[in-house]
Amino acid sequence: MKRFLAFLRKEFFHIFRDPRTLIILFGIPIAQLMLFGYVMTNEVRNVKIAIVDHSQDDFSKRLTNRLLSSGFFQLSAIPTAEADYENLFRSGTIKELVIFGPDFGRHLINEGRADIQVIADASEPNAAQLIVNYTTAITNSFVKNELMKDQVLPGINIKVRMLFNENMRDAYNFIPGLIAVILMLISAMMTAITIAREKESGTMEILLASPLRPIQIILGKVVPYMLLSIVSALVVLALGMIVFKVPVIGSFALLLAEILLYIFLALSLGILISTFVDSQLTAMAISGFVLMLPSILLSGFIFPIKNMPIPLQVIANLMPPRWFIEINRSVMLKGGGLAEIWPNTLILLGLSILFIFISVKKFKIRLQ
Amino acid sequence: MITKEPVITVKNMVKKFGHFVANDNLNFEVYKGEIFGFLGANGAGKTTAIRILCGLSTPTSGEMKVAGFDVFRQTEKIKQNIGYMSQKFSLYEDLTIYQNIRFYGGVYGMKVAERKARTTEMLDRLGLTDYENRKIGDLPLGWKQKLAFSIAILHQPKIVFLDEPTGGVDPITRRQFWNLIYEAVEKGITVFVTTHYMDEAEYCDRVSIMADGRIVALDTPEKLKEQYNASNMDEVFLKIAR
Amino acid sequence: MIVVNELHKTYGETVALGKVSLTVKEGELFGLIGPDGAGKTSLMRILMSLLLPDGGTATMNGLDIVRDYKKVRLITGYMPGKFSLYPDLTVEENLQFFATVFGTTIQENYHLIKEIYQQIEPYKTRRAGKLSGGMKQKLALSCALIHKPEILILDEPTTGVDAVSRKEFWEMLKRLKAMGITILVSTPYMDEATICDRIALIQDGHLMSVETPLAMMQAFAEDLWAVRSKKIYHTSKLLGQLPSMISVNSFGQVLHLVTPKGKHTPQSIKEFLSLHDESELTVEPALATIEDVFILLMNNRKAKS
Repeated sequence: MKRFLAFLRKEFFHIFRDPRTLIILFGIPIAQLMLFGYVMTNEVRNVKIAIVDHSQDDFSKRLTNRLLSSGFFQLSAIPTAEADYENLFRSGTIKELVIFGPDFGRHLINEGRADIQVIADASEPNAAQLIVNYTTAITNSFVKNELMKDQVLPGINIKVRMLFNENMRDAYNFIPGLIAVILMLISAMMTAITIAREKESGTMEILLASPLRPIQIILGKVVPYMLLSIVSALVVLALGMIVFKVPVIGSFALLLAEILLYIFLALSLGILISTFVDSQLTAMAISGFVLMLPSILLSGFIFPIKNMPIPLQVIANLMPPRWFIEINRSVMLKGGGLAEIWPNTLILLGLSILFIFISVKKFKIRLQ
Repeated sequence: MITKEPVITVKNMVKKFGHFVANDNLNFEVYKGEIFGFLGANGAGKTTAIRILCGLSTPTSGEMKVAGFDVFRQTEKIKQNIGYMSQKFSLYEDLTIYQNIRFYGGVYGMKVAERKARTTEMLDRLGLTDYENRKIGDLPLGWKQKLAFSIAILHQPKIVFLDEPTGGVDPITRRQFWNLIYEAVEKGITVFVTTHYMDEAEYCDRVSIMADGRIVALDTPEKLKEQYNASNMDEVFLKIAR
Repeated sequence: MIVVNELHKTYGETVALGKVSLTVKEGELFGLIGPDGAGKTSLMRILMSLLLPDGGTATMNGLDIVRDYKKVRLITGYMPGKFSLYPDLTVEENLQFFATVFGTTIQENYHLIKEIYQQIEPYKTRRAGKLSGGMKQKLALSCALIHKPEILILDEPTTGVDAVSRKEFWEMLKRLKAMGITILVSTPYMDEATICDRIALIQDGHLMSVETPLAMMQAFAEDLWAVRSKKIYHTSKLLGQLPSMISVNSFGQVLHLVTPKGKHTPQSIKEFLSLHDESELTVEPALATIEDVFILLMNNRKAKS
């Protein structure tokens, strides 16, 4: 036990004396969170638009007000000549242009229909589609509220409610996924690197020639990074809850327990990687490329697994983050309990045991 | 033949890293065609000085000329006129002998015909003609070192810098290596060499010994032995550096 | 005591150790002398059970190196060829770590390392990565000694270290030997061989000779001449053509000429040289050094194969 504690002490010295380790452990998670949170957002907010009003009547002005007060749009230009439009788009001054036809109000009242032209910058097709949808929705609701207050329209009135994420907030989608990706990355990468470093510096040769047992060396590497990864996970979780207002509806304790299990899994994967690499660089490359891309692309973090071709679905099922993301979403957003997530928990547990077993088996007590 | 014509002149060379003075006011000259031994304990400042003279590092102050070129302003010219070989970096292990030669020939801008003629002559001299297409990694250490040296002087530099060229090599190969050095000297190349083998210090025409960033002794091995009342260079070194 | 019995190790087609047998007696300072790639490191790693031999057996103080490897590791101190301490830990932390790993404390065995450690103690809060070569080596030796090993295995501890630090290091080994520790040490520097009680000359995975340095030098089978001249390189070339000459090598400012026993006299050598206009020189019989022995044995091996 004394030996093990000495090993732990040494590991913490390594960690706190190497700024790079601390950056990977805390800087990367926070940076990723902010990046995903603010840059890669799909939400429409303060989109720059221009409005050309050829009718200038009561209705067109009220609709303009409605659009601009929605919070989604922001008036950036009031072009006069048609020739200006293209320049405004090209220079990026606006993303959308709304043109009211002449006599907008009169047409609307008399004929029950009027023309609005909406032009969007489709160089970013997804964003353009979203912007146009929002514009259409606001316009429709305006027409409904203003003109048809008393009328009962025939037909079906569809009321949509997005369960568990009422406002279709992106943060709800990415925070549970991001926790999975970040933990996989830092935990696995850090353990793989730290063992590879011992091999590189030749100290592994001395450790092997000492009475330390392989399991002591392995656990000595796992425990410190386990503790740090938990701190890192809590930081990400706290940021998600405070900055992005993601709720934890289910049991917080259960969530923490699952996070713990998942970290252990990631660490054992890191150890497994380290048993067959000899340098820090290879360790970094393998844990970086081999773990990062699949755990982002094939885990259901960004792309739904159900939409993937069958072979990819099979591979996706082998990705630990895939199971953990489901757990996270269930507990955080749906208030799920162990009753719902026990199969996933079991899978994570099984994978951890498998990885640790292979690592201990493969961990060489000799050089070769 | 050694003349008193200097090919390296070092006047008041100082190199500082922060507060640490690696080279503290060095003064010496290396003459054309001589073997100049550059000795000193680990950390005495040898590597720093060699790096400066090879144009790899800028000195803090002083007036230094290598092969007639200024180490502050004409480093590219210096590099064109010197050869360099160390125990650590010698040749590309995954390339063949021929490919290594072609690469270095290209680096020094040698004409193809010239390179080919000198390559043939060199491989013949080393007895490696049949091994032209062997990978460097498959050769014994002694061969590698001899090859590395021969390639370092293939472009016929005025000066060749050798940084511990014979570390870990067997005693026969070590002497064969020194024979190569003598042959190079006969062609008029000046040799600047560091070593931890004290018997090798006696192969040098003149030896300088560094300690704590300064040159504490500089003379022929005979005169140094006389001066320090020692029977060999090992004793001289121990008396000075201790 | 280390008993090595026909240890064999190959890497692909390269023979690292060819059926090597060797005994290092208790309390002996034993030197393994040979160039890089001769098989010194392989032998030491096999003894530390860091490599498995392809054939043969070995015991360390009676413990089998394969079967009892855990016990072997407890009674041996090992210093690998490469500097292998944690550069980001301080001098003291490194020592502390290795003490605890071996289940002991610095205080308990301080008397063992005192003399060595005192020299680096003023720098005990400095990170090991920032020490000079000589100090690193002292720290590594302290770490290898801290658990009071019965046997010490040192792989080229003096390589790349300057002559002064090398001398100091060998002084330390002598003192450790006096404490009764069995020491197996390897080196490529032939001049260090004479400090050892006994040495083995190793080349291409084979032991060419195992003896005390003195016996080895005295048993030099051929005639050895020290030749001094003004034009040493030129003279050396000429001597290469001397009839029945075995080898001529420079040793500092002196040439060592080896000729078959009784074949030449100083006079006959001088006469040969004067035929080639070389006259300003001295030829006298010389005592062989370990390096002369090594060269002769190497040449004999080459001639046989």
